[in-house]
Amino acid sequence: MTLAGLLDAALGRLDWNALPFWEMVTHPSASSIINGLIASGAAGIMVLGALVTIWALTRHRLWGTLWRDWLTSLDHKKIGIMYVVLAFVMLARALAEASVMRTQQAVGLGGGFLSPEHFGQLFSTHGTIMIFFMAMPFLTGVINFVMPLQIGARDVAFPLLNSVSLALTAAGAALVMASLLFTPFSIGGWSGYPPFTETGFSPDVGPDYWIWAVTLSSLGTTLAGMNFAVTIYKKRAPGMTMFRMPLFCWTALCVSILMIFAMPPLTLATSMLALDRYLGFHFFTNTGGGDPMLYANMFWLFGHPEVYILILPAFGVYSEVISTLSGKKLYGYTSLALATICIAVLSFTVWVHHFFTMGQSASLNAVFGIATMLIGIPTGVKVYDWMLTLYRGRVRLGVPMIYAAGFLMLFVIGGATGIVLANPSLDYVTHNTLFLVAHFHNMLIPGLLFGMLAAYAFWFPKAFGFRLEEKWGRRAAVSWIAGFILAFFPLYGLGLLGMPRRTVAFLEPAYLPFTLIALVGAGLVLFAFGCLVAQLVVSIRERDMRRVPVGDPWDGRSLEWSIPAPAPEWNFAVLPKVETRDPFTEAKEQGRAYRSPEGYEDIEMPRHSAVGPIVGIAGFACAFGLVWYMWWLAISGALLSLGAMLARGFARDTVRIIAAAEVREAHESWLAMVRATPRIPRHEENTPANLGHAIPASQEEQS
Amino acid sequence: MASQCRARVVGPWGASTLGLVLLSGCGVETFLDPQGPVAAQQRLHFWQVTGLMALVVLPVLTLTPWLLWRYRDRGGADYEPRWGFSRGWEIALWGGPALVVAVLAALLWINTTRLDPYAPLASDANSLRVQAVGYDWKWLFLYPDLGIASVDLLAFPAGRPLEIELTSATVMQSFFVPALGSQVYAMGGMSTWLHLGADAPGRFRGENSQYNGEGFHMQKFEAVAMDEAAFEGWAQNAATASALDTAALDALEQKGVASDLAHALDRPSDDILFGGLPDDLFARVMAETAKAPMAPHDMAAGR
Repeated sequence: MTLAGLLDAALGRLDWNALPFWEMVTHPSASSIINGLIASGAAGIMVLGALVTIWALTRHRLWGTLWRDWLTSLDHKKIGIMYVVLAFVMLARALAEASVMRTQQAVGLGGGFLSPEHFGQLFSTHGTIMIFFMAMPFLTGVINFVMPLQIGARDVAFPLLNSVSLALTAAGAALVMASLLFTPFSIGGWSGYPPFTETGFSPDVGPDYWIWAVTLSSLGTTLAGMNFAVTIYKKRAPGMTMFRMPLFCWTALCVSILMIFAMPPLTLATSMLALDRYLGFHFFTNTGGGDPMLYANMFWLFGHPEVYILILPAFGVYSEVISTLSGKKLYGYTSLALATICIAVLSFTVWVHHFFTMGQSASLNAVFGIATMLIGIPTGVKVYDWMLTLYRGRVRLGVPMIYAAGFLMLFVIGGATGIVLANPSLDYVTHNTLFLVAHFHNMLIPGLLFGMLAAYAFWFPKAFGFRLEEKWGRRAAVSWIAGFILAFFPLYGLGLLGMPRRTVAFLEPAYLPFTLIALVGAGLVLFAFGCLVAQLVVSIRERDMRRVPVGDPWDGRSLEWSIPAPAPEWNFAVLPKVETRDPFTEAKEQGRAYRSPEGYEDIEMPRHSAVGPIVGIAGFACAFGLVWYMWWLAISGALLSLGAMLARGFARDTVRIIAAAEVREAHESWLAMVRATPRIPRHEENTPANLGHAIPASQEEQS
Repeated sequence: MASQCRARVVGPWGASTLGLVLLSGCGVETFLDPQGPVAAQQRLHFWQVTGLMALVVLPVLTLTPWLLWRYRDRGGADYEPRWGFSRGWEIALWGGPALVVAVLAALLWINTTRLDPYAPLASDANSLRVQAVGYDWKWLFLYPDLGIASVDLLAFPAGRPLEIELTSATVMQSFFVPALGSQVYAMGGMSTWLHLGADAPGRFRGENSQYNGEGFHMQKFEAVAMDEAAFEGWAQNAATASALDTAALDALEQKGVASDLAHALDRPSDDILFGGLPDDLFARVMAETAKAPMAPHDMAAGR
């Protein structure tokens, strides 16, 4: 074989055409140049970002730290933080894409600047990223960080599996990023409906990128779900009965169960689509006996529980935030736990409402419509439970509470439009329009995203030992709320006017005012993201004046606040014994907090492992090879990840013992520091006086 | 004709939205300004649902800011840090939404049954049978009883029910005329059904709402409701056009919008009519899309 032939085989179907600027160079035209510049700019930013990161890591000699302390770490807190970092990076990209789309539609009357193909890639990557690589990593990260702390555990049940889950998710995200440089991504939307995504209609690599990115993510999520569920069942501290768990843990448990049962249909659907595309099967084709309706059912059998995977952790966060920042017990704990379970169960009974218009009988549609509405009952209960938690509380309007307040008011509007869509006869006139787009953004931004941003502000001090700066945080929260309203309420109007989603341009002048307002909203949302960045920079720079070493900056109620900030590797020097709900509040009120334990024992922690990163890199290589038909790469990637996991089976030295003396020294010196630190009332919460030692709100004197 | 300009009220989606719609009044087409019986019922149902939901939403919108203010830290209001349960509230919180949902569910059942896209509209007049085939990126309308066909133009007599059988020659599409009401998917190898009607003559924008690639945003058609005489005239005129032959079918299958097709067939772009139809063309398109034997299309269509 000649060298050229060898190279050809090695590169599969990857050639110069894959480069984002190739068309503009070979076929220059106004449109190809504009679109080429935008695409190349995006790819350039990504490459530049990667280069700067590499340079910075080299310059500051941080490669070793990154590898030893982070990438190979099995500490649930660090894995959680890495998930959240991934989520923020992907959020930046997907937001930028959203802004480009909003700009296009704002000038889209009869044209605009984006080619339909480019617009198609934008909405497909935007949706895919926001769901699978922003929302999922964010909530998985928060659960990872918070849940074991709240149930009084030292780690998750399967720490190595945790690292593998993260690596698989990151590999999927990397694959979507790679599609910026080696184009194109799919134009089939985040739901990838066949037959459009079959080879007959989309012969290029786009859908293959989508298939493998989503498959990697769904595998990672299934594993994460199993891990969390077992952790909650098996690793709770003594006395932490199910009905003493903080509500966030209830939502984490329900989400884990949803992940375990909802992700496999997706993995199966994408695998079957892959079989169609790679091996000529006919699961979802028009021809040969295939049936695209089967895909719609399988996808939404995942897709609807997925909606609650996304929203339930945020419900958990709001429960913690509203109760803590109201200085008050959570109203209706049992109701809230039961409502969470109801929602989780019902979420499997409503998937048909994503395609009422596919020709089912009226009775079938009506049954699924009513099942959908039933979810409104427990959700309504939750909203009113949170309001009753505010009632007769002492409410502090800190950043997490601003998000929570925005959530309460905006989420019910989204809920109302959801009820509209749940009616098959109304869905017939709003389906596939921007009304639907407005609705799910209304659930996901005030619901999920505000919840995650509230969690970020709330638990950041526990992760890093200092509070986030408050002013930029408030600016961000208010801009998110206002930006969301301006960007998405006009979309309700457009939807009622029958404007279909995924429309690059339009011919109706009546749409224009709406798309212009939405553009302003998008600008405000970008500003909000900028505020978050500014907040982080300012907070890191001024971290010394916001340190909360005692670890309880918000007068917290659950166990995670009873330990130092940042939390030590072993979380709890001695596993707590739990006798009540809100155990830390109880302890503080009764003066039992911060007591020296009777004795210390050796602590067994998982040793670092490179298996996670190896599986991630190999998984990425395998997927990239599959996308471009580089079979050698696909096979070696698959073998490497399989080999790494098999090799792990022979590793015997997987735990590390931390001596009791070391734990004692760390813990006792922290306790001494606690005793020397003055306690502060709530109104000094956002001042440098807050070192994380709180006077319980219930014991605070107020005139 | 509805092409005249008039202000139409869309709804209380915020004062700004309302104002904008009034301002832009011209050419706004929506089921909230219904032009047929289906859309009219949908509008009624929409406002019923919106009204009922307001019962749940408005208390949250008004009470949340009040609670935040009334119970602000150091605001001197009552404080009960240990209060977390009340039987009365529990009954109200579960019972209230349950009641609202019960009413909504009853409305849902009634309207879903009544507005079943598969159910013929109640009318004394005979239905007009039309078969719609989705192509990339245009619609072909067949009138099997009249032996004529048109592209991106759905002409029909106002006041007479329209019975549409849908399929797709390519990927999944969704047939939607916002001013008339319901949409239904058109899928390859099978057929679905939709019944619509217009109260009075008028021109309404129709579209495919299911993304199908590059020309998706251009896949619009015009649904034209005519009085009976005008429709007769239109049909007679159409019958004089050249037949839908193999060459025309091949041209239809090429990706492109209606004007590309007109160019290929050398026709004026706003008037692609065909005066003769091959036998069972619709069934042939369905069979060709499926190519190989598959479960009967009735499986999906329920008829």
